[in-house]
Amino acid sequence: MSDTFLYGIEVVMNGLMTGVLYALVALGFVLIYKASGIFNYAQGVMALFAALTLVGIMEGQVPFSHLINAIFGTNIHHFGWEVPAVLAIFLTMGVMVLFAYLVQRFVFRHLVGQEPIILFMATIGLAYFLEGFGDLMWGSEIKKLDIGLVQGASLWFEDLTSGLGGDGFYGFYIDVLDVTAAVVAIVLVVSLTLFSQYSKQGRAMRAVADDHQAALSVGISLNFIWILVWSIAGFVALVAGIMWGAKSGVQFSLSLIALKALPVLMLGGFTSIPGAIVGGLIIGVGEKLFEFLIGPMIGGATEAWFAYVLALIFLVFRPQGLFGDKIIERV
Amino acid sequence: MKLKLATLALSAVMATGPVMAELVFPSLAYRTGPFAAGGIPFADGYSDYFSLLNARDGGIGGVMTAVPECETAYNTEKGVECYEALKGDGALVFQPLSTGITYQLIPKATADDIPMHTMGYGRTSAKNGKVFSHIFNYPVNYWDGASVGVSHFKDQAGGSLEGKKITLLHFNGSYGKEPIPTLEALAAQEGFDLTIIPIDYPGQEQKSQWLQIRREKPDYILFWGWGVMNQVAVQEAVNINYPMDQFMGIWWSGSENDVLPAGAGADGYKALAFHNVGNDFAVFGDIQKYVVDAGNAAGDGSNVGTVLYNRGVYAAFLAAEAAKGAQAASGTMDINASQMRDAMEALEITEAKMAAAGLSGFGPEFSVSCENHGGPGMAAVAQWNATDQKWSLITEFGPSDGSIVNPLIEADSAAYAAENNIAERCN
Amino acid sequence: MFYREAGDFKTTYADDTQTFPIKFDRYRYYVVLAFAFGVIPFIINDYWANAVLLPFLIYAIAAIGLNILVGYAGQVSLGSGGFMAVGAYSTYKLMTSFPDVNIFFHVIIAGGITAIVGVLFGLPSLRIKGFYLAVSTLAAQFFLVWLFNRVPWFYNYSASGQISSPERTVFGYAVTGANAESWVAYLFCLVFVTISAIIARNLTRGASGRRWMAIRDMDIAAEIIGVNPLKAKLTAFAVSSFFIGIAGALFFAVYLGSAEVGDTFGTTKSFLLLFMVIIGGLGSIFGSFAGAAFLVVLPVLLKNVLVAGLGWPTDTAAHLEILIIGALIITFLIAEPHGLAQLWRVAKEKLRLWPFPH
Repeated sequence: MSDTFLYGIEVVMNGLMTGVLYALVALGFVLIYKASGIFNYAQGVMALFAALTLVGIMEGQVPFSHLINAIFGTNIHHFGWEVPAVLAIFLTMGVMVLFAYLVQRFVFRHLVGQEPIILFMATIGLAYFLEGFGDLMWGSEIKKLDIGLVQGASLWFEDLTSGLGGDGFYGFYIDVLDVTAAVVAIVLVVSLTLFSQYSKQGRAMRAVADDHQAALSVGISLNFIWILVWSIAGFVALVAGIMWGAKSGVQFSLSLIALKALPVLMLGGFTSIPGAIVGGLIIGVGEKLFEFLIGPMIGGATEAWFAYVLALIFLVFRPQGLFGDKIIERV
Repeated sequence: MKLKLATLALSAVMATGPVMAELVFPSLAYRTGPFAAGGIPFADGYSDYFSLLNARDGGIGGVMTAVPECETAYNTEKGVECYEALKGDGALVFQPLSTGITYQLIPKATADDIPMHTMGYGRTSAKNGKVFSHIFNYPVNYWDGASVGVSHFKDQAGGSLEGKKITLLHFNGSYGKEPIPTLEALAAQEGFDLTIIPIDYPGQEQKSQWLQIRREKPDYILFWGWGVMNQVAVQEAVNINYPMDQFMGIWWSGSENDVLPAGAGADGYKALAFHNVGNDFAVFGDIQKYVVDAGNAAGDGSNVGTVLYNRGVYAAFLAAEAAKGAQAASGTMDINASQMRDAMEALEITEAKMAAAGLSGFGPEFSVSCENHGGPGMAAVAQWNATDQKWSLITEFGPSDGSIVNPLIEADSAAYAAENNIAERCN
Repeated sequence: MFYREAGDFKTTYADDTQTFPIKFDRYRYYVVLAFAFGVIPFIINDYWANAVLLPFLIYAIAAIGLNILVGYAGQVSLGSGGFMAVGAYSTYKLMTSFPDVNIFFHVIIAGGITAIVGVLFGLPSLRIKGFYLAVSTLAAQFFLVWLFNRVPWFYNYSASGQISSPERTVFGYAVTGANAESWVAYLFCLVFVTISAIIARNLTRGASGRRWMAIRDMDIAAEIIGVNPLKAKLTAFAVSSFFIGIAGALFFAVYLGSAEVGDTFGTTKSFLLLFMVIIGGLGSIFGSFAGAAFLVVLPVLLKNVLVAGLGWPTDTAAHLEILIIGALIITFLIAEPHGLAQLWRVAKEKLRLWPFPH
């Protein structure tokens, strides 16, 4: 087995891991689109906000400290306590549920029945609002996210595979954090799929996605379902924020991961949960392989546009994405 | 609208007391946006030094200083807007802290007769004062940094880089591409193999790049990053167990923010530096006493002595020294931008001046001239100690290889002069 | 009472089919033009030009282009930043390769080049519909940014990869470069805006506009009645990219003076243009202006009020600015989902009846 082939396998494995991380972000989009037809531009900012809140609670930061200091001339920054990670996650989840309720009550209840592009614009306004709000509440310096997740090469795996390529081959590299993220993502996807297929609320969610009027007429509370969906999307955003924030610290660029999730979303289909994972895997492997094989010939840094080109190629053959709802047009 | 607001503000000021002349040093800061982590300490340091001068010395030459801040979020358009808003208030010198904004402002500042100090960033060829009359980038620029970095690696390799592999990992933009011509020239001269790996903004995800490094096993890595890219790179280097003392970042990739998240693994990471690090200088005691404790600090006082805070202090110190020179040369205390520019061109920084300001040994001694707006091009190497959580210099300030750097500067500035029909001055 | 059609009789076909049939509208239009051409150049200063007016004019042209594509033809496009980059780089190459030709022609040719590139990236629209089409234009966005970064020929092999616009003159007055006076730059852009708006308005009022709207509303039915979807969609892309290319050329040459493609023409720019179009009102030329004004003037206004007026620290002000813009967008959408142009239309409807209530 030649070196290039082995390196290719390493690239493919890492691409799968990265793809899973993308899928984690794409899941949030899918959930909200599935239940309410809204393309939630604010998903990336929700991940950032959730991560900021988590770190803020864990470190005992005073919310809005800059604003309070500016208005009242005080100099307070921390409460002085520290909250353990698990409790902090629950509290953050509570904040996200509150956020879901407020968004539903003040934004989307007034926009029922509008066209998709108007709802999209509303989520853009929401993204701006949440970004400013999150920065105002917790500050825009970079923060370290440390909930005990381990990072670094998996030495066990490296040793296991080091014999494959003869002397001098280091063994395959897999990041332990990526493996954790992959496991978490798969658990999330499986549980969300089971939830939406087999539980009462999941069925209610699918009913709402199909037809609002019909769902209302059988007694499903639209508001409750929408709050539920946004809360779950908030939870998914929190998980995505933790995974990405652990790698790079919590700061503004975290909200840009949404851009990496867009090709995943389009490839997998806007309405399919398993599609998010499959799309993520395809994009992750595709872009890494392209960068490995063809990148050096054309100068590198090709990942950004190749992910979209890959999604485009798939879409040309299946215009609704791999697993998306078939677009039925009536004249 | 602005006129109305200006009148309101002016009347408010006049109502409170007599209007005094002030020396205005605008701060184009970015406390928000993707690069806030780097912009905040620099802006704090810049502002705190002038607050210190006001509180302890009563300003410069008896005239109080003012540091109006304008938020650019590292965005070029906002930078232009900030420049236009602040240039009329008697601004003496602009320091945009962004290569993109610098390029925008080079022709504008020259036309408006306001000098710009782009210390260790911006357009490298602005060192050539014959073409760039109003732009100064002393004491060092990126090409000098690249050259000093390679020299350090050469010493580390025992005197010769023949047959070695050096990788340039860089931000895929103008800032990151700056050192490429110098490194290519050095590769030809020293005999090493140069690989260039770009990282797209924001650089949150660098798996491909580091897998490539793991495959190719370069002997040394030079890193030109900014923002979140820095931490992720250091973290990934730790993850693949790359020997950290063979990994060196430019001075914008060598601050505490970049190495703390990686923890103990980042021990030994190096970075180029053009000023000293740490808070073991007399000026910081004064800043603590007159500014932080008095409640006038721009930040919360926790980043005093960090690398980027020190850089802000250094920038402010150089501007203040130039202002003093302008006051001495023109005979008035209330100088204008044109006199500031002349003073910057005649600036001489000696150990005595640095010691008098409480910054003994903070940077190299240098002087600026009409032809040379970039100083001596001296840089040192700093290393991170993860146990003590401190940066410290491990070499003296050493010069760059002029035979490589100077011809490149001549060529680039000549191209700019030709494109824009600028006649050479200083003859 | 003022805004009435009663008593306004048309006697020629030309009068009947004019853009502003109501006298009040016509006079309003003339007054605005007179003010813009005749008064502002005398009272403008550097700050107003660079912070407010030039970006407003340039973004208005780009928003008109994008509105034609998204609002009239219904094709979602997120690649406007990349197309503006094409306009900018074409202008740069033309300016440096043919320094004797007037910049006016360079900008128009740059628009033409962008139109060709736009058609190329618009081909997938024949197969992909709805939000999914955004993927094709995003691919264009990222690919074009990568291309201009990667191929040194585009930036004349300079070490840093930035392009700077050399000084060019029109009728003896400098338009680009640092010595350009603010009123000259303003007038240059204003001329382009006026011509673009007139062309766009007449295109959208005429047969091509009706074809685009037919494709937007029911494309299969449109095909059945004889609208060629290939031609309609590709002409929408072409015309839209032409305007966006002109905007990009002016943005680089006149407003900024130098550009770095990743920073200046990134996805932020694409999204900003889309927001302007949606907030202003899809399918309306006035809406393009309204949206551009909203998203250009409002941040500057907020910044001046919060920092200069209230004296708050700049980062708090910046955060509040974003927060307020977000809140305003949501409020506008709840109040009037069809954008500022719809608000304007409703206001005009009410004015027609005023002082009667109905």
